[in-house]
Amino acid sequence: MSEALSRLTRWASLFWLGLFAITWALSTWSFDLYKALDARWIIRFPKKFELPLDKWISDAMSWLVEDATFGLFTFRDVTRFISALIEAPYDIVRSLLIDGFAVGQGQQAVQVAPSLSWIAVIGIILALAYHARRRNLVLLVGICFVYLAMFGQWDSAMITLASVLIAVPIGVAGGLALGIFAYRVPLAERMMRPVLDLMQTVPVFAYLVPILFLFGFGPVSALVATVVYAMPPMVRVSTVALQSVPQELIEAGRMVGCTQRQMMWKVLIPTAKPSLMVGVNQVIMLTLNMVIIASMIGAGGLGYDVLTALRRLDIGGGVEAGLAIVVMAIALDRLSQAFAVRRFDAPLNPSLPFHKRRPLLTGILLLVAVTTVAGLFVPPVHLYPEDLTITTGSFWTAAIEWINVNFFNTLEFIKTQLLTFLLVPIKKFFGGIPWIWGILVIGLAAGRVGGWKLGLLAAGLTLFVAASGLWGKAMTTVYLCATSVLIASIIGIPLGIWAGQSARANSVIGAFIDTLQTLPSFVYLIPVVMLFRVGDFSAMIAVVLYALAPAVRYAAHGIRSIDAELIEAGKVFGCTERQILWRIKLPLAAPSLLLGLNQTIMLAISMLVITALVGTRDLGQEVYIALTKANTGQGIVAGLAVAFIAIIADRIVTALARSSRERLGLK
Amino acid sequence: MERPVKLDCRGVWKIYGSDPKAFLARHGGAPTAEDLAAERMTGAVRDASVQICEGEIFVIMGLSGSGKSTLVRCLSRLIEPTAGEIQFEGRNLLSMNEAELIEVRRKKMGMVFQHFALLPHLTVLQNAAFPLEVQGVDKKTREDRARQMIEIVGLVGREDHFPRQLSGGQQQRVGIARSLVADPDLWFLDEPFSALDPLIRREMQDEFMRLQAMLHKTIVFITHDFDEAIRLADRIAVMKDGVIEQIATPEELVRNPATSYVEDFTQHIPRAKVVKLRSVMAQGVPEGPYAGELPGSLTVAEAVDQVEAAPHPFKVLDEDGVAVGTIDGRTVVDVMIGRRS
Ligand SMILES: Nc1ncnc2c1ncn2[C@@H]1O[C@H](COP(=O)(O)OP(=O)(O)OP(=O)(O)O)[C@@H](O)[C@H]1O
Ligand SMILES: [Mg+2]
Repeated sequence: MSEALSRLTRWASLFWLGLFAITWALSTWSFDLYKALDARWIIRFPKKFELPLDKWISDAMSWLVEDATFGLFTFRDVTRFISALIEAPYDIVRSLLIDGFAVGQGQQAVQVAPSLSWIAVIGIILALAYHARRRNLVLLVGICFVYLAMFGQWDSAMITLASVLIAVPIGVAGGLALGIFAYRVPLAERMMRPVLDLMQTVPVFAYLVPILFLFGFGPVSALVATVVYAMPPMVRVSTVALQSVPQELIEAGRMVGCTQRQMMWKVLIPTAKPSLMVGVNQVIMLTLNMVIIASMIGAGGLGYDVLTALRRLDIGGGVEAGLAIVVMAIALDRLSQAFAVRRFDAPLNPSLPFHKRRPLLTGILLLVAVTTVAGLFVPPVHLYPEDLTITTGSFWTAAIEWINVNFFNTLEFIKTQLLTFLLVPIKKFFGGIPWIWGILVIGLAAGRVGGWKLGLLAAGLTLFVAASGLWGKAMTTVYLCATSVLIASIIGIPLGIWAGQSARANSVIGAFIDTLQTLPSFVYLIPVVMLFRVGDFSAMIAVVLYALAPAVRYAAHGIRSIDAELIEAGKVFGCTERQILWRIKLPLAAPSLLLGLNQTIMLAISMLVITALVGTRDLGQEVYIALTKANTGQGIVAGLAVAFIAIIADRIVTALARSSRERLGLK
Repeated sequence: MERPVKLDCRGVWKIYGSDPKAFLARHGGAPTAEDLAAERMTGAVRDASVQICEGEIFVIMGLSGSGKSTLVRCLSRLIEPTAGEIQFEGRNLLSMNEAELIEVRRKKMGMVFQHFALLPHLTVLQNAAFPLEVQGVDKKTREDRARQMIEIVGLVGREDHFPRQLSGGQQQRVGIARSLVADPDLWFLDEPFSALDPLIRREMQDEFMRLQAMLHKTIVFITHDFDEAIRLADRIAVMKDGVIEQIATPEELVRNPATSYVEDFTQHIPRAKVVKLRSVMAQGVPEGPYAGELPGSLTVAEAVDQVEAAPHPFKVLDEDGVAVGTIDGRTVVDVMIGRRS
C-alpha cells in the first residue's frame, strides 16, 4: 500500500520534472533548432494561418457606428442617446462642485449661480461622516478634504469627485437591477456568470478602446468605461446577498401576504442591505480606480494630472496629484465602509418640527446657504484662497533628487542584480518556448491538475493567443507576471503568516495592507518611475506592490482559521514552534495559500496592463498602442489574450486548491 | 364535541427529486418506500390526510426530518404539494391563483417560525405592524393594533428596540405578535419554542395556553418534543419518514398506539400525564362519603396530590357537571407508578 503510494508520488514528480526539463531544453535551443532546420515556424506562428480576428472586429465596429440601423433609429443614435443621458447629470454635478451654473454657450455664457463653496463641500462630507456615527471618521475625512484644499488640488479633486458621484449611482443601480434579475431568473444567472467572469479578467485598457471608438474622447466615454468596469462585482454581490436571505424570512413575507414587489423592497433588500453595502463600497473603490485610469480617454481631474506629470516626468506634480488621489481614496473608502456597518436608525418622532427632527440636515442647508451668499462678496469663502495653498511640488522634486543622488548606486545595484539574475533568465526561459510546445505543455499541465476538459480548454485558449500573432508579447506578459507573483509571494506569505500568528503584527500589517489595497492602481506607478525610471523592472515593482495584499491576507486567514485543537495536539506531542509551523500550520493553510496565489495572479495581470505606461513590451503595450490609435480590433484581441491567460491561471490554481482541500478532507 | 372542519387535507404528497409528478404517475400515485429509494427520490410527505377542526390545537410531531415542516408548508401552500387536495374553509386552496392566495394569507392565516424570522431593519413595533403595512393599512391604525398585540405578548416598553437587542424568548414574542396582528383564523406555528432554553420554553408554553384561552384560534402546532405536544394538544399527528402514523388525542396515543413506532415513542411518557380521570374512574356513583368532586377532563397527574391525600374517594364529573364515576387513592397511585391492576 505505502509502496504503491510512494511509487505514485514518484511518478507524479517525474511527470512535472520531465515536463519542465523538456520545456527548458526546447526553450534554450529553439533558436538553434530554427537555424539548423531553417524552420521559422518553430519560433513564430506562421503568418498565413494567423486569425484576422482584429480586422473583423474593427470592421464590425465601423459598420456598427457608420451603417447599423434598427429601422427607426441608427446605432449612432443609441450611443448619442446614452451620451446625453449621462452627460446631463454629469454637467449638473460638475456645475455644482466647480464650474457654477451658466446659461448660454461658450463666450456668451453668463453665470447664474455659483458652485458650492469649498467650506460647504467639506461641511457636507463631515456631516456624512458624522451621520455614520464615527467620531474618528469625522476627523480623518476632515483632514483629507482640508488637505485637498490646502495643497491646491481642490479643482482636480472635485472633477474626479463629480465623475465618482455620477458613476457610482449608475453602477450600484445597474448592478442591483441585474443582480435582482439574476436572482429571479436562474437561467439569466447562469448566462451572466461567464460574462461577468470575462469582464473581471479583461484588462481595463481593453474596455477603453471600443468605448473610445463609440463615444469619442471626453468625460462621457470615461464614465461609460468606469461604469462597465465597476458594475460586475455589484451584480455578483447583489445576487449572492439576495440568495443568502434566510428562507424563513421569505416564508414569513409570503405568509403575511407580500406581493412580489413588496417581497423585494420590504423584505429581501432591507435584509440583504449590510451585504449590499459591501458591494457599494467595492463599486466606489473600483470607480475611483477607473476614473483615474479613464483620464486617458478624457476624464480629467486628478488622474489627468498624474498622467501629464508622468509624461513630462514632472516628479513634484506627479507625487502631489498622486497623494491627492491617495487621500481621496482613503476618505471615500472609510466613509463608505462606515455606512456599510452602520446600524439601522431608530424611527424619528414625527411630531417634532423639521429642524429638531433632522438637526444635521438643517445645519448643512444653513451652511450651504450662508457660504453661497457670503461667497459672492467674500471670495475666500467660495474658493480656497490661492496664496494660502501650499505647494509641495518642489519639495518632492528635491526629495526624489536627493534620493537619486545619494542612493543612485544602491538602487542601481539592486536593479541590475535582480535584472541579471532573476528577470532576464526568466524572460529568456519563457521567451524561448516554441509556441507549439507551449500549447502542449499548458494543455498537459492543466489536464493533469484539473482533468482533460480543463486541459483542452487551456490548450484551446493558448492556441487562440498564438494564432492571433501575439505569442511573443504574451510570453513577455507571462514572464512579468510570474516574476512579480513570485516576489509578491516571497514577501507576502511570510508577512501573512506572521500576521496570522501575532495580533500585534496583524494590526500593523493589516492596516498597511488595507491602505495599499484602497489605492487606485495608477498611483503605484509614480514612485516607481521616479526611482527606477521606465522598463520591466519598474513595472515589476509596481505590480508587486499592487498584488501583495491578497498573498498576505489569505496567508493570515489560512493560519488563523486552523482548528486550535490541532495545534494543541501538536504541542502535546512535543512539537517545537518551528515544527508546528512547518508540519501542521502550513500544510493545513495550503488551500488558503493557493486561493491567495490565485488572487495575487489576477491582480498582477490587471496591474501589468497598466504598467504599459512605463514601457513594458507585453500585451499591455499592445492594448495601449491600440488605444492611442483607436484600433478597436487590435485592442480587443490583445485584451482577450490577457483575459485568457488570466482564465487559464485561475482555473489551474483553483483546481489545485480544490484538490488540496479534498486531500485535507475540508469542504 | 363535533366542530366544523377548518382545513381539510387529503392524500397530500410532497416528493423531491427530478420530475416528481412523472415519478408519482409511474407508480400509480402511491410509490412505496422502496420505489422512492430505488430512484433516489425523497418522500418528504407521503399520502398525508388530516382534518383540522375549528378551535382545536392540532399538533404535528415527529423526529427531525420526518416531514413536519414540509407538511405544514403544504397546508399553507408555501410549497406546492406534488399531489393531493387541500380545502380551506371549503375552498380549494391548491387551485387559488396568486392574488387569491395573497388575500387568504393576509386575512386568514398567521405563522410563527422556528428562528423567529423577524426583519432586522424594523423595530419591534414595526415588525409587529408589518402584516398590516403590507396590506396598506394606514400608519396610525396599524401601529395602534400592533401596540395591542405587543401588550398581549407582554413586551410593553420595548416597542422601539430592534430584534438584535432582544433575547430569544422576547424575539419569539414579537413573532407571535406579528402573526396575530391581522387577526387570522388559522394559526400555524412551526417549532416556535425549539430554539429556546428549556425554562423559557415552559414559560412560553404557558403563555401560549393563556393566549389560546383568550383567542380561540384554530392552531396547527409543530414540535419534535413529545412533552410539549402532550401539554398543548387536543389532537396529535405522529409522523415518521413523511407518513402520518397515527392521529389521536394524547391519551389514546399512549393507551392505544397504532404502530410499534408510536408505541416506542410513547413508552417513556408517564401515563399519568396523559390519562384522564374519566378513563380510569370506576363507573357509577354508589352511596358513601366523598371527599369532593373533580372534572373528568383532569389528568391523573394533575389530580394525584388531592386524591391521594384525602381519606375518601372523589366523585368524577362529565362535561355537563353530572357525577358519572368515582376515583380513589389506590387507582391514581397505580397509574402513577405504572402498576397494572
Ligand atoms: N427543498 C428540499 N429539497 C430536497 N429535500 C428536501 C427539501 N426540503 C426538505 N427535504 C427533505 O424532506 C424531508 C423532510 O424535511 P422537513 O424539513 O419537513 O423535516 P422536519 O420534520 O421539519 O425536520 P426538522 O425537525 O429538522 O425541522 C427531509 O428528509 C429533508 O431532507
Ligand atoms: Mg422543520
